[in-house]
Amino acid sequence: MATVLDVLIVDDSAAIRKILQRVLRQAEIPIGEVYEAGDGAEALNTLRNQKVGLVLSDINMPNMDGLEFLTQVRAEPAWQKLPVVMVSTEGTHAKVLEAVERGASGYVRKPFTADQIKEKLAGLL
Amino acid sequence: MADETQIIEGMTRAELAMAIRLSTEEVFSTMLGLNLTSGDVFVEKEEAVPTSGVVSIIGLAGAWVGSGSLTCTAPFACKLASAFLQEEYSAVTEDVLDTVAELTNMIIGNVKTHMENRVGAMGLSTPTVIYGRNFQTRSARNQEWTVVPFSLDGDRMCIQMCILPNPEADRSVRAGFPIPHVISV
Repeated sequence: MATVLDVLIVDDSAAIRKILQRVLRQAEIPIGEVYEAGDGAEALNTLRNQKVGLVLSDINMPNMDGLEFLTQVRAEPAWQKLPVVMVSTEGTHAKVLEAVERGASGYVRKPFTADQIKEKLAGLL
Repeated sequence: MADETQIIEGMTRAELAMAIRLSTEEVFSTMLGLNLTSGDVFVEKEEAVPTSGVVSIIGLAGAWVGSGSLTCTAPFACKLASAFLQEEYSAVTEDVLDTVAELTNMIIGNVKTHMENRVGAMGLSTPTVIYGRNFQTRSARNQEWTVVPFSLDGDRMCIQMCILPNPEADRSVRAGFPIPHVISV
């Protein structure tokens, strides 16, 4: 039986959080709880308090952006293998490379299709 | 005839308009399943035009600074949110405004990525969305906007951008400080 994953979606847009949640539910991935955060600081707080198995994070957000959030996640030994997929409008090679260097497990550019999200997660889970 | 005016180094107004058109069409077809019809590109000078409806503005900062915006009517904004969130919206709510903001972010963000290949990295601010009647928007610096109109089932939407060299480009870049806007009602 497949392990059920609790997921954290980090994006300052409630609309995108809603869409990603719908895509995950439709993707036939065994998803349990879905937590939401509007920025990196809120996301770190959720990670400290919940057992999350997958993170989808935007990059451009107020307070703490996605790259700083990623850096702080990877600095924590317990979260070094936590899959963190960046989902961002930022699409330059330099920005993707920076995310990978900071420890991103995957990168999906907005706009995205449900299939692109599913495909990216299938390779990780 | 294509407008060959240089907007940024190595990029004409016609190329900027094409980048806006392609980005908008990609976002709409991918995220909303909607196919827009694009109209004739035009240039808007600094004079502000009275507007009603929804305006979403996002700033660009770096070696070049500027703004991008999406303007549409309230019913059009509701139509976008209904397609985006797959729920029916008949009035402008938080969800509708958030949808317009996110679509602006994606459209202008993708144009920014296209431009960054020519002029280097730029930051993108978080969008500001305004909804109301009979208001005016204008940029505080004298500039020209490249406007690309689109239509969908008789409704009209415009995506517009302006971009200028940053006189303070040698200073450190901080995203989120675009050319200031003035809004009057």
